[in-house]
Amino acid sequence: MDVVVMARALFGSSLGFHIIYATIGVGLPVMIIIAEILYLIKKDSDYALMARRWTKGFAIILAVSIASGTIVGVMISLLFPSFMEIVGQVIALPFQMEIFAFLIEAVFMSIYLYAADRLPPKLRLVSIFAVALGAIASAILITDVHAWMNTPSGFRITPDGSITDVDTWAAFFNPSFITSALHVVFSAFMTVAFIIGSIAALRLLKKNISKEERNYHKKALTIALYFGLITSLATAINGHETAQKLHEYNPRKLAAAEGLFETTRYAPLSIGGYASLEDQRVKYAIEIPYALSFLAADRFDTEVKGLNEWPEELWPPLYVHILFNIMVGVGSVLIVIAMFALFWKLVLKKEYPPWLLALLVTGGPLGMIGIEAGWCFSCIGRQPWTITDVLRTGEAATHSNSVGFLFVLFITLYVTLIFATAFILKFYFKRNPVSLDLAKGES
Amino acid sequence: MEASSIAITILWSILFVYAMLGSLDFGAGFWGMVYGKNSQTNASIIANRFLSPAWEVTNVFMVILVVSVITFFPFATTLLASILLVPVALGLFLLTVRTTFMVFEHHADRFRNVLLVTSGVTGLLLPALLVSILPITLGGFVDFENEYPRLEYNELLAHPTLYMHVAFGLTTELFISAIFLMDYAKEADNWAAYHTFRKHAIWLGPVSVIIAVLTIGTFPTEAQWIVENIEANWIWFGLSIIAFLIGYGALFIKRENEQRGISRLAVVAIIVQYGLAIYAYGSAHLPYLVFPDLTVEESFTNANFSLILVVYAIGFGILIPGFILFWKLFLKDRRYLKQD
Repeated sequence: MDVVVMARALFGSSLGFHIIYATIGVGLPVMIIIAEILYLIKKDSDYALMARRWTKGFAIILAVSIASGTIVGVMISLLFPSFMEIVGQVIALPFQMEIFAFLIEAVFMSIYLYAADRLPPKLRLVSIFAVALGAIASAILITDVHAWMNTPSGFRITPDGSITDVDTWAAFFNPSFITSALHVVFSAFMTVAFIIGSIAALRLLKKNISKEERNYHKKALTIALYFGLITSLATAINGHETAQKLHEYNPRKLAAAEGLFETTRYAPLSIGGYASLEDQRVKYAIEIPYALSFLAADRFDTEVKGLNEWPEELWPPLYVHILFNIMVGVGSVLIVIAMFALFWKLVLKKEYPPWLLALLVTGGPLGMIGIEAGWCFSCIGRQPWTITDVLRTGEAATHSNSVGFLFVLFITLYVTLIFATAFILKFYFKRNPVSLDLAKGES
Repeated sequence: MEASSIAITILWSILFVYAMLGSLDFGAGFWGMVYGKNSQTNASIIANRFLSPAWEVTNVFMVILVVSVITFFPFATTLLASILLVPVALGLFLLTVRTTFMVFEHHADRFRNVLLVTSGVTGLLLPALLVSILPITLGGFVDFENEYPRLEYNELLAHPTLYMHVAFGLTTELFISAIFLMDYAKEADNWAAYHTFRKHAIWLGPVSVIIAVLTIGTFPTEAQWIVENIEANWIWFGLSIIAFLIGYGALFIKRENEQRGISRLAVVAIIVQYGLAIYAYGSAHLPYLVFPDLTVEESFTNANFSLILVVYAIGFGILIPGFILFWKLFLKDRRYLKQD
């Protein structure tokens, strides 16, 4: 296979692997803080136990997240050196800030994890706050570089390819930075909330658990549902803004996302189906008249640009329409699930029936699928560019012929690590079940 | 001082810190393996107790190093990435295996033996890989094919200087970690472990210095430029040797409690020894990053350098309190050091 494709495959799978752990790494400390605060307010030791158990899981996940984050950070320089040459000149600032955010997270995580029992409660809370801040700041700063790749700004490029007139802050605050960063953070919160919900629902499905244990899991599920609903709504509202930014700054990407070939006023929104080049439309889709125009700029007569505005060689692959639909679909389904479950609890005031618990179990995996689809959409939807309209992926990639071998090596590593993480989490929590911790708390 | 000189000095300082932390981290992994199964001494426990919280900090310094290269010297990325792809990617692979196994083990102690072997073996392989980058920059191992740089693996693997560099890297790593763990064992009042590490420091010290000197003799013929620079810098290398002699001598001074060795003095002197040697070597390496294709001056960034410096200053300003807390909790707190 061609080196460029191999380099993309290697980097793409590294990022796809890292994002699983990074998402949890951003969301979970916030859940831990919520549990710690609830413990302080309600004086209910179940919440302290929750924080402690989540921290154990977090420590395992964080290790893989740090390791894979290191891989991604170094690998991007190795595989796309010409890209990094421009990054180094224009948008190095977020990378530099990120290492310090990362270091804060790492130092305070060591402190929280290995020295929690020797810390006074206040300092413990400060430590976990620092971990959460470090994680969120890291996510925002790395997303900044990603946003800049989509909407590059803060420099000029001369015909011979050299960079001039660098304005660091203009690059830093590029047009899609804020919306993209919020999108990454909100969706991470959302996904982790639903993962916690999945685990609690899975436990509640078991028949032979004690009343104390049932109560414990119910409390966890309630936190997950409230936080999940708030953050999934936030993700959706901000997702709408993200789409409007696409309309404004990346119309080609929006056209591919929506499978729109001809520039249209009163454009319909196509949900589902696939974009067919022969038919010049999305086949087998549900069409909502005028909706795309309205979503793009809040007016039904908005003109939305179609792919035919650009030569075909500048189009992203047409399947990004499917990725986009998966992302939006997951987000919408999660809002419905959370609303429905909370309606059941608060209005009907009934116990969750097994089928509803089973539905809640799907929430976590769905969220993660949404995250993966979203990242794939954003990166593949930018092709054939690494930096939109500035640097093509083919020019950015390495020419080394060792990439194929490394691809096999790293795929093996990632598959092994996914299974190993699942195994270790299972092993640890099987040996330290909630029932045991609850019993310890009472004695 | 020119901006590019400030930048290379900062980069070199980060390299120095990473070399020290990495030696400790990887060396502790190796010693943990060697003494893991031997119940007569608890040197392994001391090594692993240090390792558990410290690896994250070490790891971050590696990332700082890479990011600093890109931000200070963006025009070096194309050449460096092309020739270092394989060694660095293999290093990442090993580092990931090491990191994850270490944390997994902490949560599932049934797998302790797997961990001890993994962190011990990677504790040797990783520094060997990292130190193999040094000879690559000396000249003679990089060729251009249709304008694209390639590392000549056959020439590199067949050249004795590679193996001398690896031997130098490993003896240095084990010497530094033995000295440090000796001091760490003293903090924990663990005299059996203390003497184990002292014994190793005593033979490793002279061996590492002799290998370092011999390594210069194996430099490829293309690297005559740096040999001349090293000879011109002899005074700094001489001071480094003096620092070594002070630190090494400290191993033999009798303490008040009849135990031999002032470990804290040894640690400080050895850090000074390597500090002097690394900066002297770094200045002998100038003006090249990679001889003869890449100089510090031409790879230097054209971005706002003072802004980069401000970010570094603020970043370290925030971090120092974190490090102090870290130091107190893991290197000083007797409840952590002496737990069973």
